[in-house]
Amino acid sequence: MEWANQLCENRQFGSKMTDSKYFTTTKKGEIFELKAELNSDKKEKKKEAVKKVIASMTVGKDVSALFPDVVNCMQTDNLELKKLVYLYLMNYAKSQPDMAIMAVNTFVKDCEDANPLIRALAVRTMGCIRVDKITEYLCEPLRKCLKDEDPYVRKTAAVCVAKLHDINAQLVEDQGFLDTLKDLISDSNPMVVANAVAALSEIAESHPNSNLLDLNPQSINKLLTALNECTEWGQIFILDCLANYTPRDDRESQSICERVTPRLSHANSAVVLSAVKVLMKFMEMLPKDLDYYSTLLKKLAPPLVTLLSAEPELQYVALRNINLIVQKRPEILKHEMKVFFVKYNDPIYVKLEKLDIMIRLASQANIAQVLAELKEYATEVDVDFVRKAVRAIGRCAIKVEQSAERCVSTLLDLIQTKVNYVVQEAIVVIKDIFRKYPNKYESVIATLCENLDSLDEPEARAAMIWIVGEYAERIDNADELLESFLEGFHDESTQVQLQLLTAIVKLFLKKPTETQELVQQVLSLATQDSDNPDLRDRGYIYWRLLSTDPVAAKEVVLAEKPLISEETDLIEPTLLEELICHIGTLASVYHKPPSAFVEGSRGVMHKRLPARTGSGESTESPDVGAAGGSAPEAAPSIIPSQGDLLGDLLNLDMAPPTTSGPPPPSTGMQMGGMDLLGGGLDSLMGDESEPLGGDIGGSPAMGAGFGAAPAVMPASLNAPVGGGLGDLFDLGGVGMPMGAYIPPKIVWLPAMKAKGLEISGTFARRAGVIQMELILTNKAMSVMTDFAIQFNRNSFGLAPAGPLQVLTPLGPNQTIEVSLPLSTVGPVMKMDPLNNLQVAVKNNIDVFYFSCQYPISMLFVEDGKMERQVFLATWKDIPNDNESQFQIKDCHLNSDAASSKLQGSNIFTIAKRTVEGQDMLYMSIKLSNGIWVLAELRVQAGNPNYTISLKCRAPEVSQCVFQCYEAVLKN
Amino acid sequence: MIGGLFIYNHKGEVLISRVYRDDIGRNAVDAFRVNVIHARQQVRSPVTNIARTSFFHVKRSNIWLAVVTKQNVNAAMVFEFLYKMCDVMASYFGKISEENIKNNFVLIYELLDEILDFGYPQNSETGSLKTFITQQGIKGQTKEEQSQITSQVTGQIGWRREGIKYRRNELFLDVLESVNLLMSPQGQVLSAHVSGRVVMKSYLSGMPECKFGMNDKIIIDKAGKGGVTNEAGKSTSGKQSIAIDDCTFNQCVRLSKFDSERSISFIPPDGEYELMRYRTTKDIILPFRVIPLVREVGRTKLEVKVVIKSNFKPSLLAQKIEVRIPTPLNTSGVQVICMKGKAKYKASENAIVWKIKRMAGMKESQISAEIELLPTNDKKKWARPPISMNFEVPFAPSGLKVRYLKVFESKLNYSDHDVIKWVRYIGRSGIYETRC
Repeated sequence: MEWANQLCENRQFGSKMTDSKYFTTTKKGEIFELKAELNSDKKEKKKEAVKKVIASMTVGKDVSALFPDVVNCMQTDNLELKKLVYLYLMNYAKSQPDMAIMAVNTFVKDCEDANPLIRALAVRTMGCIRVDKITEYLCEPLRKCLKDEDPYVRKTAAVCVAKLHDINAQLVEDQGFLDTLKDLISDSNPMVVANAVAALSEIAESHPNSNLLDLNPQSINKLLTALNECTEWGQIFILDCLANYTPRDDRESQSICERVTPRLSHANSAVVLSAVKVLMKFMEMLPKDLDYYSTLLKKLAPPLVTLLSAEPELQYVALRNINLIVQKRPEILKHEMKVFFVKYNDPIYVKLEKLDIMIRLASQANIAQVLAELKEYATEVDVDFVRKAVRAIGRCAIKVEQSAERCVSTLLDLIQTKVNYVVQEAIVVIKDIFRKYPNKYESVIATLCENLDSLDEPEARAAMIWIVGEYAERIDNADELLESFLEGFHDESTQVQLQLLTAIVKLFLKKPTETQELVQQVLSLATQDSDNPDLRDRGYIYWRLLSTDPVAAKEVVLAEKPLISEETDLIEPTLLEELICHIGTLASVYHKPPSAFVEGSRGVMHKRLPARTGSGESTESPDVGAAGGSAPEAAPSIIPSQGDLLGDLLNLDMAPPTTSGPPPPSTGMQMGGMDLLGGGLDSLMGDESEPLGGDIGGSPAMGAGFGAAPAVMPASLNAPVGGGLGDLFDLGGVGMPMGAYIPPKIVWLPAMKAKGLEISGTFARRAGVIQMELILTNKAMSVMTDFAIQFNRNSFGLAPAGPLQVLTPLGPNQTIEVSLPLSTVGPVMKMDPLNNLQVAVKNNIDVFYFSCQYPISMLFVEDGKMERQVFLATWKDIPNDNESQFQIKDCHLNSDAASSKLQGSNIFTIAKRTVEGQDMLYMSIKLSNGIWVLAELRVQAGNPNYTISLKCRAPEVSQCVFQCYEAVLKN
Repeated sequence: MIGGLFIYNHKGEVLISRVYRDDIGRNAVDAFRVNVIHARQQVRSPVTNIARTSFFHVKRSNIWLAVVTKQNVNAAMVFEFLYKMCDVMASYFGKISEENIKNNFVLIYELLDEILDFGYPQNSETGSLKTFITQQGIKGQTKEEQSQITSQVTGQIGWRREGIKYRRNELFLDVLESVNLLMSPQGQVLSAHVSGRVVMKSYLSGMPECKFGMNDKIIIDKAGKGGVTNEAGKSTSGKQSIAIDDCTFNQCVRLSKFDSERSISFIPPDGEYELMRYRTTKDIILPFRVIPLVREVGRTKLEVKVVIKSNFKPSLLAQKIEVRIPTPLNTSGVQVICMKGKAKYKASENAIVWKIKRMAGMKESQISAEIELLPTNDKKKWARPPISMNFEVPFAPSGLKVRYLKVFESKLNYSDHDVIKWVRYIGRSGIYETRC
């Protein structure tokens, strides 16, 4: 009120008499004075007094005591005064229900007034008076107004039905207002139609199953006609309503789309976004090979870009929606990267959203530009923005392999700036880059270590500790570094504690001699002095592992980690579908379903995208879906990143989730809040959650099974540990090593090329271990000794796991068979052909070089059986460009025989279905470096030619995999 | 739908409070004040959720307008509505300021009652609103007048009333473009686009039907194809056509007709309004090129040299040229020399502002400055914000040309030839930045 008084002083000198004077009040006996004025005979004075009352009401003063006096002023032909009194009534009627009845008479009378403006005003206001007793009196006037000759009254009455329904739903139904409202959809006036649609949509929302909005082709046609004629707001109501309709077939869908597309040129952004919503939804039903489908895709991009020239608040809404659209249909905006470049003066909320979309659109084609921009952003002022930009650089490295090197050097430049939060953020992302490209950038570790002391955020500390533990063998003073962290162990966050524990155990396994004391110390800190059950459990597991079976411990803790995925913090597919149905609304801004922030029954209904109804796909089986031919619709499987979407729904805070605090990490490093059985086991083994492996630990038996794990482990020696655990429950993979295909030995190095040494050999996978089986023959005259073997870098990092075991000298004409176990952790370099291996063998005479090709099937690991759901999602996720088809000729096995034969080589059949006498086998393969290959094998009875389609994120392997299929099936 | 609308002054005191829905309580007013207006940090989002209640806000000078809701409303619509509300208020009483709002609070309540019903936006065209929300009271209205009002408010052509008469039928077309540029220090265009508006002031009698034509590539190509056989000269006009990336129209334009034939036909509102907006990215004329040169001389001195070159016909004059060169926060003194115009170091804005009144095309001018810096221990390097530029040029940088605007009014006795038409092109700088 202070301002009101101040203003009054200013006003006294002013000559203009304006409304602001009503905000002035003499404090003493104010109500009393007002009362007197309200009851004055002079009309002008009355009006002045009511204005004063409203002013007081606005600033929050209680003027309800004046109720009878104000209501007495209602009987007037002065429209302005009447409106003021109504305003007062709407505010206080609820607190004075008995007195509100006094007003009823006037309302009823006004509803009969000759002036349509007054009739409408009465019916509008009446609906806002939420007093039960009044609603009874409202029914008759409302009924009349719904059929009024004047459209202005009808459009007001239509909204009034929704108001009444909000107060007393039963009454509205009993009085038959809903039917009248439905009739209004056919009204001749577009605004009446629009308001009727709005009212019906709102009522329908609170009766999810009522079929109130009975949308059918006829009513849809009426709506589409009204769409061309009504106000911008009416168009929004109609489009939002249309979006709830599901067309019967693709043809209807297309004809609606055609009539909605002109809206994309509307000046009102909300009309545009609502039209986009309808189109995005109905597009789902159009066959992708239709010309119209691609035309529509092209039409969507320009209006979306135009939204970015709107005012910043609208830009924000648009960007949040574009974020969804880009995830659902990346093709729409893939060429529009530049428009998302951040402008220096953009508000921070716009900047952060643009950055998010830039990363999603980054590709090999535009990466150079993107990186240059990101580097620019990393020097800006806003801390959140800078952090996000640094993370974005890391994400680019992971997403676009060609750019990795540049990204790393950019990150190193940024670390040199020594700006604390930049350094920390850079370290977190570099850790991910190490994961993605092992053995490539480790040279930067020294630079990272220099910044150890400046790290004060848990995430950065944890990342640094992970790096130190992971590369302990390359860091001379790794033990000192880790020890320095150990001093304040109990003050660290759980994330750091867990990481430190794992890192020290890793260090111990790598350098057992010097670090025994350290590991003792951390184990006792974790198990005895900690209250955190996660930490204690992990500590105990390590302790037991180390004390019972150090070899197994090594297998577990130093297991090879699966690769991390490129796309992170994608929205989970079902949620994404739902949000697409809510484009333009708050749900699309929050990226949460309405049920998460709307109370009561409204919005609880989950919306879904319609299914495609194209022809020829009716045979779709629910599980393996449309894998045959067109891509299935399931979206990629995703592990939601930290700051889970639904997790924080209930404690909504001031800022929307994405802009509060530092942005979510680029990979799900969920050390802190993991659950014991799922991601917990993964992270326990020093690796991180990874989309495809996430299902391993899902079974509740896992906890019990784990205790026994070390004992079983040696059975599958070299297999990644995640797989080993999976196998406990699915022994199919490990059980039949005998069935694996081993190609016959061939001569790799003829004697004449190697001064008398002949080498022939083959590769085999036995009990999960890759072996190179060699026969060395001495065809020279002298004795050969001192054999050693070395591999050049190769595509899958194959390297000898031990020395070549030729212990006795090899005499002339003697032959020895050696089996050399191989590991897959060696340096990687892409070879051509992919499965080419260059080998150097040394003996006392010379060094000889030869190259050989190994069957890629020996890299197929035992845990390559994918979950059906995951398979389906992955198949869809892999772009169609990556699919390749081959023919296998003259194969006379039936599908079951083929399937079991392939299983012997770790090619797992996941599902089989029979369509028209043709067996379709869906199979998965996992390579030792974590690459998945999905296959569809078509076997027709009586036809010796099989067709095989392979899908893989790394399509280069397809050719090799096909060769394996052929070899396995024909032998 | 919209649950309520509040207007606050900069201190967070409520000036207007209108609640439409029962689920919004009085505490919502305070929640927004406490959590947003009084929050110390910068606004991180225009949409805020406090205790399961969502707040949308926009700010006009130091006035906050906030919409509050508990439902899953159409967020884009809410912001569009808020902008519209500001337009309506501005057209009634001018600038949106605390004083104007207090002076017109009864009017604002009346408007809010009319343009939002139960939280649903209704007709918000000022043209029709002004016919019956006047603050003078609607006295002596005849029945015909009343029904004319209601039919206009709800009608298909809600933006124009019947029976408008002018002695002189006249219309003014302004093509207003803002050209946006982001250029790298090396002179590479990182992004550039023109966002243009066609603003029309029409003083026409009756219910005229208008048709607007411009050198849109699609239309010209179409016409060119059709007309090649009879008119050989037409093909040359194709060169001057421009590719429009996207355009949006005032609600008076028949969108379905544009979609099918790409023709722009409409019945115009009376007075001033924005007919269309468009965006182009191809073949833009960039009126100025900025060439920056920043050299750090030791830790306490910067040398800056900026050259600007005008790149348009020598006969044309650019006006109101302003170049803004950011300076570091620890600047202690600046010395400037410029060939043309006036340059000043403005410490409060951390920038050197160089103003030139007029500059012809194909000219070049230069400024050089020495910036003295205070030594700091701040490790973070100066972020070097981009050099920005403002200017006004008398042509459309997109190359857009108005080809015709035809007026048809069959009921009244004036024809297209009788209408006096004026066309003007103004190109202004939007965000015109060069990194340095």
